[in-house]
Amino acid sequence: MDASTDITVRVNGRERRIPRGLNVEGLLRSLGLHPALVVVERNREIVPRGEYAATPVEEGDVLELVHFVGGG
Amino acid sequence: MVPYEFQDTPLVIAGREFKSRLILGTGKYRDNATMVAALRASGTEMVTVAVRRVDLDRTKEEGILYHLDPKEFFLLPNTAGCYTAEEAVRYARLARAAGFTEWIKLEVIGDSTTLLPDTQATLEAAKILVAEGFKVMAYTNEDLVMALRLEDAGCVAVMPLASPIGSGLGLVNPYYVREIKRRLSVPVIVDAGVGTASDACITMEQGVDAILMNTAVAEARDPVAMGRAMKLAVEAGRLAYLAGRMPKREIAVPSSPTTGMLDR
Repeated sequence: MDASTDITVRVNGRERRIPRGLNVEGLLRSLGLHPALVVVERNREIVPRGEYAATPVEEGDVLELVHFVGGG
Repeated sequence: MVPYEFQDTPLVIAGREFKSRLILGTGKYRDNATMVAALRASGTEMVTVAVRRVDLDRTKEEGILYHLDPKEFFLLPNTAGCYTAEEAVRYARLARAAGFTEWIKLEVIGDSTTLLPDTQATLEAAKILVAEGFKVMAYTNEDLVMALRLEDAGCVAVMPLASPIGSGLGLVNPYYVREIKRRLSVPVIVDAGVGTASDACITMEQGVDAILMNTAVAEARDPVAMGRAMKLAVEAGRLAYLAGRMPKREIAVPSSPTTGMLDR
């Protein structure tokens, strides 16, 4: 990976270097996540699931990736 | 002989019918197989789930949907752990974006020691969520006035606690819970505090529409057996309520005839 083509984003509270040009769907897949089972908030706005592929991930983005877990 | 068949009316929440009056949480089970077995043993049709960050350090799939079929159980996402109306609304929106349901178990905590609800923030969040089209089931304390306010705000169910979350202390205030049930038109579901089957039975005997519980089943030594015990207790309590109990008297009354005794 060429460091000059990387960008820095914050994912679930931690900074990550990821390749420039990824969209949300690509980011999820690169993290080994199934896009149908993850809800994405980008800069405090929910990204509708149908728009994952069309939503770019940009330098400085703050992303929250959430899913359902056991709870009462 | 014709076996006695008890036919209850269904529990109806926001136009949706449920045969079971037991709603279970899915937290704190020792493993997912035990959880699913306990849910099945309980006969529940609706289970709560929480919204949390995906753990990116774990390679194993840990989301609950890998273990729970949303076609088998109606999913009720919650806003557990939220301390402000704003935070609860954010979690509710994330839950809806998962694409399963617009129903939400609204819970806004006001005190970290007792986990008692912040009812003012709950009402504020309920109004916002109802306006956004959510079906809101609101966790609250056993305060009649707040229960009425939550109903007025458009909540599809109001859920007073039996006692604090995870305490297992049972129904602390049956009179207030009965009063809430008497005064509200939407279903009243007792949420939190039930510890064992007798608690569930006593709670249903108050006439409430259903019970939501988690820890009592999840932390039982045998959660599957306790799931079944809770099913039976909820049904027994419901049936006893409908049957109408005898009056309490602080005096004994013989059950056998007092006439026809020998040598008298």
